[in-house]
Amino acid sequence: MAYLTVDHVTKDFPIMNGGGTRFGESKSFCVLKNVHLTVSKGEFITTIGHSGCGKSTLLNIIAGFEKGSQGGIVLDGKEVNEPGLDRMVVFQSFALMPWLSAFNNVRLAVKAANPSWDEMRVREHTQKYIDMMGLNGAEEKKPAYLSGGMRQRVGLARAFAVEPKVLLLDEPFAQIDALTRGVIQEELVRMWWATQSTVFMVTHDVDEAILLSDRIALMTNSPEARIAECLEVDIPRPRSREAIIDLPEYTKLRNRVLHFLMTQGSHGKTERRN
Amino acid sequence: MAIIWKVFSAKGVGRSSWMISLLLLAVLLFFWHLATVQPSFNPAGLTEEQLMSLEFKGDIVRTETGGYLYNPEKARGIPGPWVVVKKTVEEFSEAFHKKGTNDHGIAHLVRYTVARFAAGFVSASLVATLLGVLVGLSPTLYRALNPFIQVLKPISPLAWMPLLLYSVQDPTWTAILVVFMASLWPTIANTAFGVSTIRKDYLQVASLLQLSWFRRLLTVVLPAAAPAIVAGLRISFGSALVAVVPAEMLLGELGVGYLTWIEWNNLDISGVMFAILVVGIVGVILDYGFNRLARLVSYAE
Repeated sequence: MAYLTVDHVTKDFPIMNGGGTRFGESKSFCVLKNVHLTVSKGEFITTIGHSGCGKSTLLNIIAGFEKGSQGGIVLDGKEVNEPGLDRMVVFQSFALMPWLSAFNNVRLAVKAANPSWDEMRVREHTQKYIDMMGLNGAEEKKPAYLSGGMRQRVGLARAFAVEPKVLLLDEPFAQIDALTRGVIQEELVRMWWATQSTVFMVTHDVDEAILLSDRIALMTNSPEARIAECLEVDIPRPRSREAIIDLPEYTKLRNRVLHFLMTQGSHGKTERRN
Repeated sequence: MAIIWKVFSAKGVGRSSWMISLLLLAVLLFFWHLATVQPSFNPAGLTEEQLMSLEFKGDIVRTETGGYLYNPEKARGIPGPWVVVKKTVEEFSEAFHKKGTNDHGIAHLVRYTVARFAAGFVSASLVATLLGVLVGLSPTLYRALNPFIQVLKPISPLAWMPLLLYSVQDPTWTAILVVFMASLWPTIANTAFGVSTIRKDYLQVASLLQLSWFRRLLTVVLPAAAPAIVAGLRISFGSALVAVVPAEMLLGELGVGYLTWIEWNNLDISGVMFAILVVGIVGVILDYGFNRLARLVSYAE
């Protein structure tokens, strides 16, 4: 049943300047402690937590950029521990190659994912996803000449065009202005729906999480961050930003998440130590 | 005041900068002329015998009207702008001549220098980029080789000359190798730095796309490091250009650098000045070509 399993992952970072410790006595900082999460095929799941709580570390472990100290990631019945084309990441920083045009950024990924295709087919496939993300007319522009919103459209087109088993979104809208963000969020849902993809997103924006997700995983703060609970989002799709805010389910869910972030977020301590 | 204001305002930058350049050139030429103008000969206070002696030595010449002038063929001090212009015209009129083993026209000399420069610079750039990429990709190698690069980098390329001349036993190759040594280190250091500081997310994308090592190098690493590589090449280019002139002088290899030395040996100071001007102009033309090339690989973040 579970398509993607985050199987009891623990992540320790060694502390280099462990003040006063002698050789052999290596100290470490436990970012994630026993994080367990299962995602079904076609599901849109969001992990929400405070900045620096370890949610991006979790995403990096799923992507294969980092390795967990314990536990592992199972995708479609196989354990994965290296980055690969079955898990495409959409970066907060967009991570577009600045020397390539929007079209060529997507084309690079399409070509890598389908080495046997001829140039004609690669271009057609690339153009299809460029069109789906509403990037017509911007194909030949370099990322530096695109707005933040357009850049992330390229990032999404690149990720979707590879047709990965799971899409990993690392706070993809954090660097986009609020007005554009809403439009691209809707496009993301449309793409997700049309391509039947599985999405794992990380965010700290409560409204974004509720608007987009099937399920929201609430994450406590590090050290020893864990998934405290998962909330089902029982709001029928298609959802629109304007319509859902009047629903009682929306208000209830929103208050619950906010309450969690304000209290449980730091292991029940309301005051955060600095 | 209005003029000063115009200089410091942004409007019409192109035109006023040109005008200032021309003005500076005129001022420069004027003071050069003033500083080098030959005083007219004043025979007052000299006896007929002394005048005859001076004329006999060729210091002065008698004019048709019976007066005396300093011999224009035996000008003293630094030559003025007009003399250098005349020398330039003369040199250009026989630019393609070859009058003897050491007396080739200026066009040939420029060609020798450019060929020598290009051979040294291009081969050094290829080697340095390759080495720099390898060093930049491996932090271990970077640390291991960095002390060597740091020690070798500040050595003047000319300091290698005796050793190179002894090793290769051939001045032609030695001159090229001096240029090679001059262009090597800045490119290695900059390429290694550029490659080792590529933004992490570009490499993450490359690993997501499971690009092979070679494809990763071609499609991500080299383009991402290109601005740093070009910056290194630019420093190398400058130091190679500086090295080629004394290398020619010391090795006696025909070229514009050697021309300055030949003219000095001929005690032809206007020839030395002409040679200096040619060195400058050749540098500007090569630099322009390099900048055109550099623009192809630069990108905006």
